[in-house]
Amino acid sequence: MSPVAFVYLACVLFAIGSAAVLLRRNAIVAFMGVELMLNAANLAFVGFSRLHGSVDGQVMAFFVMVVAAAEVVVGLAIIVAIFRARQTVSLDEPSELKG
Amino acid sequence: MLDLTWLLIAVPLASAFVLLLAGKRSNGWGHWLGVAASGTAFVVGLLAFLQMLGLDSHDRAHSVHLFEWINTGELNLSAGLLVDPLSLTFVLLVTFVGTLIHIYAVGYMEHDPDRRRFFAYLNLFIAAMLVLVLADSYLLLFVGWEGVGLASYLLIGFWNYRNDYATAANKAFVVNRIGDLGLIFALGLMFTAFGGVDFATVFAGAESASTATLTGIGLALLLAACGKSAQFPLQSWLGDAMAGPTPVSALIHAATMVTAGVYLIVRSAAVFEGAPNAQLVVAIVGAVTLLFGAIVGMAKDDIKKALAASTMSQIGYMMLAAGLGPIGYAFAIFHLVTHGFFKAGMFLGAGSVMHGMKDQVDMRRFGALRTAMVVTWVTFGLGWLAILGVPPFAGFFSKDKIIEAAFVGHGWQPWVFGLTALIGAGLTAFYMSRLFFMTFHGEARWEDGQHPHESPAIMTVPMIVLAVGSAFLGLILATGDRFYTWLEPVTGHAEHGDPVLPIPVIMATTLVLVAIGAGFAWLKYGRADVPLTAPAASLGTIAARNDLFQDSVNRAVFERPGTHLTRTLVYADAAVIDGAVNGTGGGVAKTGEAVRGLQTGKSRSYALLMLVGTLVVAFFAMLGGK
Repeated sequence: MSPVAFVYLACVLFAIGSAAVLLRRNAIVAFMGVELMLNAANLAFVGFSRLHGSVDGQVMAFFVMVVAAAEVVVGLAIIVAIFRARQTVSLDEPSELKG
Repeated sequence: MLDLTWLLIAVPLASAFVLLLAGKRSNGWGHWLGVAASGTAFVVGLLAFLQMLGLDSHDRAHSVHLFEWINTGELNLSAGLLVDPLSLTFVLLVTFVGTLIHIYAVGYMEHDPDRRRFFAYLNLFIAAMLVLVLADSYLLLFVGWEGVGLASYLLIGFWNYRNDYATAANKAFVVNRIGDLGLIFALGLMFTAFGGVDFATVFAGAESASTATLTGIGLALLLAACGKSAQFPLQSWLGDAMAGPTPVSALIHAATMVTAGVYLIVRSAAVFEGAPNAQLVVAIVGAVTLLFGAIVGMAKDDIKKALAASTMSQIGYMMLAAGLGPIGYAFAIFHLVTHGFFKAGMFLGAGSVMHGMKDQVDMRRFGALRTAMVVTWVTFGLGWLAILGVPPFAGFFSKDKIIEAAFVGHGWQPWVFGLTALIGAGLTAFYMSRLFFMTFHGEARWEDGQHPHESPAIMTVPMIVLAVGSAFLGLILATGDRFYTWLEPVTGHAEHGDPVLPIPVIMATTLVLVAIGAGFAWLKYGRADVPLTAPAASLGTIAARNDLFQDSVNRAVFERPGTHLTRTLVYADAAVIDGAVNGTGGGVAKTGEAVRGLQTGKSRSYALLMLVGTLVVAFFAMLGGK
């Protein structure tokens, strides 16, 4: 199997993830979209790693996973805090940042 | 004693501070403290004078080092006093006449609730005037120069609850400011040309300086002198300055401060020696002013304003003499001293008349006061004879010398200056006699309820002393050329050239003109009835009544264009400068307004923008990579 297929798959996954972020109102689902995008990036890293025969991409993927884990903690904490304050996890509800 | 001359300045200054700081507590004794301070200064001055008389004429210039004043890389200046015959002459004049006027003011201002403040200002003036004449550098002189200006301003506006008086004070201050600018220019030029502003450096440098530099400095000094001494074209403030209490008019605006300009010119003789053109301008200014003042004086009905015009005219004589060069310096100072006596005496007389006439100043409402105020009449009469130049009174010795000196020279100058001085003498005789006859002779034209009475002794005694001075000072000082010998260390010995006309002819012509002027005044204002209101008159008389339209001219030539200029500048500032600054600010704000619509607060729209942005960046990165 050509490693290029992994890159195509990563593109598809990235598109699905970004579509979930942009289109879904539910914060949990949007968050899952973010995770999907991150993992699409990971897949691309690993795929390029195979393509070039170096391990740099795989190392980078580990970094992304670590950062993603931390990001999940912060992100979920924010979502929970918003839910406690507003009884909703809709992304369109809070607009305090409106200029 | 000469080393203690700093006391001259310190004592009146300390007294002024005490009076101003002690407030109402010193109301009871403040005026006597003022008199004592001035009197002490006179005693110190007199002792210094006596000591100097004992010195050889070569040693008659004593420097007193006070303290290091300015110590910078380029300019090092110490504050010091220069005690020489010229400054001592002024010290004696200022303190002696000043003390007499202090005493007079105790009586004159008796019913004024602010008498203490008045004496504080008078003391301040004495201190500042002594700084001016004793300074050994132009910068310290400038300090005194500003000090007397301040005192003059405070005293003209002493009754500042009257709007016109406050305006008069402002006018004097503003016009003086223009003159002060001249002194500042002169200071700058001296510093550039000679690297210092003390008299020694400047006079030493003047010997080798270029004519152009000296002419510039001379003209700048002349501008300063014009402002302070009310000379043409900065003469307009003196008439209005009569708003001040009469003792102020006598001391500051007749005897001492207004003569500071003459002092400045004579003191700067070394500068003018190298700048004949500047010297010629000094003489021209003096000649113009002496006629100007005389013409205005002939038409004024306000006794104080007529005297003010006369002061202007007499200072014109002094300026003319100072502009004639070495032969004139001593005469200028001599006339300054005698004028200080007789004019101060006449002002005090005018104050005495006002005191007895409930502050009436319109001479058309006087008349026949010789019976009601005998002492005032006699003392004023002596001053009148002195200013007319009737021998053997003081003015005869001082003014006639100036007229003679004006006839010395080559070309057109002796004729123009000499004839001007000669005609001025005739005009002086007319307007002073007019003033004298309108006030003391003729029919009584008093307003109802006026009961003129002689002033108390505290006022008449100073008048008597000044009148004695007016009568005999000229004779005493001129006998054996005493005064000129005394001043010689400063003014230098001048060879008196021969006038273009024989001296007896000049003297006789002067006396004839004086007699004609006085006689004409007697016919018109002594024997004939004086109408109560000024009669309709020729254009010339109307012009003279209005100070030859000096205020209208100033308004048209300086004030209006000045106002327009500042308005234009204000407009340019608002439109161009502020426009650019505000435009930038406004533009940024408008951009912000437009862009803020993007800030919806919806996180999904931010996510979209972020994605689009990332794609755009990625797109350009790929383009660049190729």
